[in-house]
Amino acid sequence: MTEGEIFGLLGPNGAGKTTTVGMLTTRVLPTSGQILVAGVDVVAEPARVKQAIGVVSQSNTLDRSLDVRENLYYHGRYFGLGRRAASSAADAELRRFRLADRASADVTALSGGMAQRLMVARSILHRPRVLFLDEPTAGLDPQSRLALWDILGELHREGQTILLTTHYMEEADQLADRVAIMDHGRLLALDAPAALKRSVGADTVVKVTADGDLAALAGHLATLPGARSAHVVDSTVQVHVAGATGALPRVIAHAEGGGFTVTDLSMTEPTLETVFISLTGKDLRE
Amino acid sequence: MTSPGTMSGEGTPATPTSGELGPPRSGAAFVALLLRDLTVLRKFTGTFVLRTVMQPLLFVFVFTYVFPKIGQGVGDPGGTTDFSSLLVPGVVAIACFFQGIQAVTLPLVTEIGYTREIEDRVMAPLPVWALAVEKVVSGALQGIVAAAVVFPLAVFIPATSVHLDVNWPLLLTATPLAALTGASLGLTIGTKVQPSQVALMFSIIVIPITFLGASYYPWARLAAIPWLKWAVLANPLVYMSEAFRAALAPQFPHMALPAIYAGMVAFTVALTLVGIQGFRRRVLS
Repeated sequence: MTEGEIFGLLGPNGAGKTTTVGMLTTRVLPTSGQILVAGVDVVAEPARVKQAIGVVSQSNTLDRSLDVRENLYYHGRYFGLGRRAASSAADAELRRFRLADRASADVTALSGGMAQRLMVARSILHRPRVLFLDEPTAGLDPQSRLALWDILGELHREGQTILLTTHYMEEADQLADRVAIMDHGRLLALDAPAALKRSVGADTVVKVTADGDLAALAGHLATLPGARSAHVVDSTVQVHVAGATGALPRVIAHAEGGGFTVTDLSMTEPTLETVFISLTGKDLRE
Repeated sequence: MTSPGTMSGEGTPATPTSGELGPPRSGAAFVALLLRDLTVLRKFTGTFVLRTVMQPLLFVFVFTYVFPKIGQGVGDPGGTTDFSSLLVPGVVAIACFFQGIQAVTLPLVTEIGYTREIEDRVMAPLPVWALAVEKVVSGALQGIVAAAVVFPLAVFIPATSVHLDVNWPLLLTATPLAALTGASLGLTIGTKVQPSQVALMFSIIVIPITFLGASYYPWARLAAIPWLKWAVLANPLVYMSEAFRAALAPQFPHMALPAIYAGMVAFTVALTLVGIQGFRRRVLS
């Protein structure tokens, strides 16, 4: 990772994203190999690594015995801030994350979005070198998700280095400077989102809904001149085509030439999901 | 004054934005975690006192107030025994022990087993073993507070007079050790026992320990039942009770002081090591 970037780790559930973050943040011991965070070995010197990182894990790990402000204050104390410094840092984060009016509330009384904001506020309070967020928007309503994206964008502009895991391709696409695509514990691709999309070699994705054997249709459409690949995804066939002009009539003609009846057709630009499909042959939600 | 909504200024940055990472401030983190536990204890003072006081209060009330009043004897068949005085160290030992276990085990069960909020505490910049030791020290502090809360009850409630002869050096050294012994057992139970089994553990481990912990009788008097006298040496509470008895009521027989200290130190070290190993297994994968 480069300093100041948002690095996205994209993959379906079970791809190994959380395990990867766990290893980077000293909580999961790697079975082999060496991991350095800011030049420090996570296995040999976990405490030194922990001093330099901030972590927002998937589950709510707020201290339920403390109120909202105390969660921030004691976090500051854990990381070596004095009483005064921790106090003013807690107040500053409360204002910044619009939680000031909830300062003395019980953390169990917070909504999901507010709890998540507090976790992010807490994780950056000690100014970590690297901030790790594991599926930060999973389970959030769309509004809270957008609010969190705004916050992460703001932190990014301030130069915060962020590693983010997600299985929402829009999230990786929107936020990340570079994205690593993972599946089954393996790294499949790593590049800027735009470069990943270009790497598919197609500039158009045609979604075909048709009657009959979709797998056979996919096989047939893959032979269309200009088609890079075709996959069955969510009971449609997605054809990755180079050259948008005239793509739709060509797809229909080719499908019908093969004896298939097309019932619906739509055209989109390639997304990170397209990249994932072309790498694994399956869709992110599977 | 920094304007709200900016990152700069307020608070010393814990880490520079670039360059070599400094050493972790593990000592500060350890102290801060203790402060956090004391804050929580202060917040829940009411429940803490109720939890600590109820059992010894009833015990002292029934055995040293009600029994003498209604003429029902307890203890020495001769009836001359000073049971009230004998009970003070025992009740204090149990309070210290029980609180030490509860203060460590119950939060651990919730934080590890249900809320997973331990993951956050684990991210504090100190080694995982030090976090486990912090739990023990915090539990021991609460055990000491519990002992101090229960002590006046045991002294002032009995209907018959209580004779104590306080050996301060002994009391001041034995109390923290006794509290650590109880809290280290709490760490072992809290990390080695599945959360769903903890209630059961209280019944099959903690309750027998309290009844067979030489709290209500001096260990030496178990000479009448030799197998029991030797068997209870595996019970850490025996050394705690004997320590408080030696420190508060030396008119009763007690185990030799070196044996008392050795027992408490050995149990504390062994149970803390086992507990650290269990803790690492539960929070790291």
